Amino acid sequence: MNALEAVLLTIITASTPLLLAAVGELVTERSGVLNLGVEGMMIMGAVTGFAAAYTTGSAAVGVAAAVATGGAMALLFAFLTQTLAANQMATGLALTLFGIGLSGLMGQPFTGLPGVKLGAVHIPGLSDLPLIGPVLFAQDLLVYGSVALTAFVAWVFARTRLGLVIRAVGSNHHSAHALGYDVAAVRYGCIAFGGACAGLAGGYLSLVYTPQWIENMSAGRGWIALALVVFATWTPSRVAVGAYLFGAVWIMGLYAQGVGVAIPSQFLASLPYLVTIAALLAISGNRIFTKVNTPACIGQTFVPDR
Amino acid sequence: MHKFIVLASALALTLVATSAFGADPLKVGFVYVGPISDHGWTYQHDQGRLAIEKALGKRVKTVYVEKVPEGPDTERVITRLVREGAGLIFTTSFGYMDPTIKVAKRFPKAIFEHATGYKRAKNVATYSGRFYEGRYVIGQIAAKMSKSGVAGYVASFPIPEVVRGINSFMLGAQSINPDFKLKVVWVNSWVDPGKDADAAKVLIGQGADIITQHTDHATPIQIAAEKGALAFGQASDMIKFGPKTQLTAIIDDWRPYYVRRTKAVLDGSWKSTDTWGGMDTGMVGMAPYTNMPADVAAMAKATEDKIRSGKMHAFDGPIYKQDGSLAVPKGKRLDDGALLGMNWYVKGVDDKLPK
Repeated sequence: MNALEAVLLTIITASTPLLLAAVGELVTERSGVLNLGVEGMMIMGAVTGFAAAYTTGSAAVGVAAAVATGGAMALLFAFLTQTLAANQMATGLALTLFGIGLSGLMGQPFTGLPGVKLGAVHIPGLSDLPLIGPVLFAQDLLVYGSVALTAFVAWVFARTRLGLVIRAVGSNHHSAHALGYDVAAVRYGCIAFGGACAGLAGGYLSLVYTPQWIENMSAGRGWIALALVVFATWTPSRVAVGAYLFGAVWIMGLYAQGVGVAIPSQFLASLPYLVTIAALLAISGNRIFTKVNTPACIGQTFVPDR
Repeated sequence: MHKFIVLASALALTLVATSAFGADPLKVGFVYVGPISDHGWTYQHDQGRLAIEKALGKRVKTVYVEKVPEGPDTERVITRLVREGAGLIFTTSFGYMDPTIKVAKRFPKAIFEHATGYKRAKNVATYSGRFYEGRYVIGQIAAKMSKSGVAGYVASFPIPEVVRGINSFMLGAQSINPDFKLKVVWVNSWVDPGKDADAAKVLIGQGADIITQHTDHATPIQIAAEKGALAFGQASDMIKFGPKTQLTAIIDDWRPYYVRRTKAVLDGSWKSTDTWGGMDTGMVGMAPYTNMPADVAAMAKATEDKIRSGKMHAFDGPIYKQDGSLAVPKGKRLDDGALLGMNWYVKGVDDKLPK
């Protein structure tokens, strides 16, 4: 394996959890809900994914458990914010704190154990191609899945009635309600989808990225995903660009250090944030485009008139 | 009335403080920065706590508070432990230094032991381990075992403790292979396993076939195992993360010190001291030498013995700094002051030290 291949492979693994979580949150936010609990759902996905895989010996079961846990956490959030009309910001923050604490408790018996790693899938023929073979066609399923998921979400918003309904609910919940759409049901669905994606991102951490359970192992990736969604102006393709750019700059920073480039490592560590924000601001410079894509009702509580 | 309250609370405090000593068993408190399950720094301190319980049985009772952030919370937690009757308290992170000193002033009858700090008082002792001794040994092993002649170092923060470790590793490696190369990647974090993994991958991609680390997780070993490189464990034995990968591990062993100090409090011989214990005190241990030929293991063992007996020191001259200037002349040994404040690289380290 040459150095370039190694770097590209590392970039893909570093970016995938960000992409998964960000795409999920994008759907949630497009429906007009701001769920700040991404970090909490992610870490819960990581712990249950690890525990399930370790107990059963099957990484696939681990992935399923991670998705289910993220979804369940999100449904809790949905119940509080949609049914009980609690404040979304406060509930989301609480969900993060709750997730971090609970995952630590649940993970106690699983710390310091070697995990089960989700293997790579080689696509026959293609994975033998030089350079692009190992990079593009010999990844684990979740990498393919994350790209497919992004494309699917983009398609739903651009081409389908469901996408329109979600956007309508996010843009003006009163109008959507008046038209006869069940705002709460749509939002429940979108929140659950977002949670499942965050859980999957967590599962990626504890099953592929670093197959272990370590307390707090998400280390702020949920917050990065949240920021990516905003800077990508709620557009799936831009979320993907942002996630890969972030991963690329981060890995290149490490790479530069290994080569011995004389740039302070603290600066290199902050570079992914700076570059990603700058790039996404540059490509979303069109204010009309930004306005059209911003869910106008984001973060607002909706209680239908009886 | 106000005066009465002050008087009453003062009296109550004195009662609590004295009861800590009058009462049998001795209550020993621990303040941890991480979770006891971290399998690294805090885990090893907790092993020390368990050793006290095992060695002294009914004469002691131990309590601990984990995941205590370094900051205003520290003082509150330590104070609470004293009020609950702890007569001896181990505060086990550098950032607990000032809070420990502050609380110790308020409760002169309680005894405190602070790890890795440098501020002492009549009732506050300090202790730390000379982990760089172990790094010299693993440096030698790395130079013997590496085929590419390049090792990768996943480093946390550019503080003297970490820089000292890098230098010691390099000096050990150079004692075997003067042309040995060391690549260093700083992740600027203790707690992000994903970053550690990325750094290890990048280092291996750049030709390192031995990975060592100064962060708190076993992830670099796992990556090394995956990519067919070799690695060393950190703080505790990490063999199960790479049964065919771990060569050895530097182990922080606080048990003998903790038991000795607790005994000293029990028999009244405790004094405020400053301990920087190395292999000679048992505070620094090595995990079994695995995945290497017998002659390399024997060499490592011999170096370990020489360091333990004091015949050898990791920082024996001549030592040159990265810029080529002489840091330690031949026949001299770097003193503890210089070791504690180390902010320069030895010659041959392929990195620029972040300031």
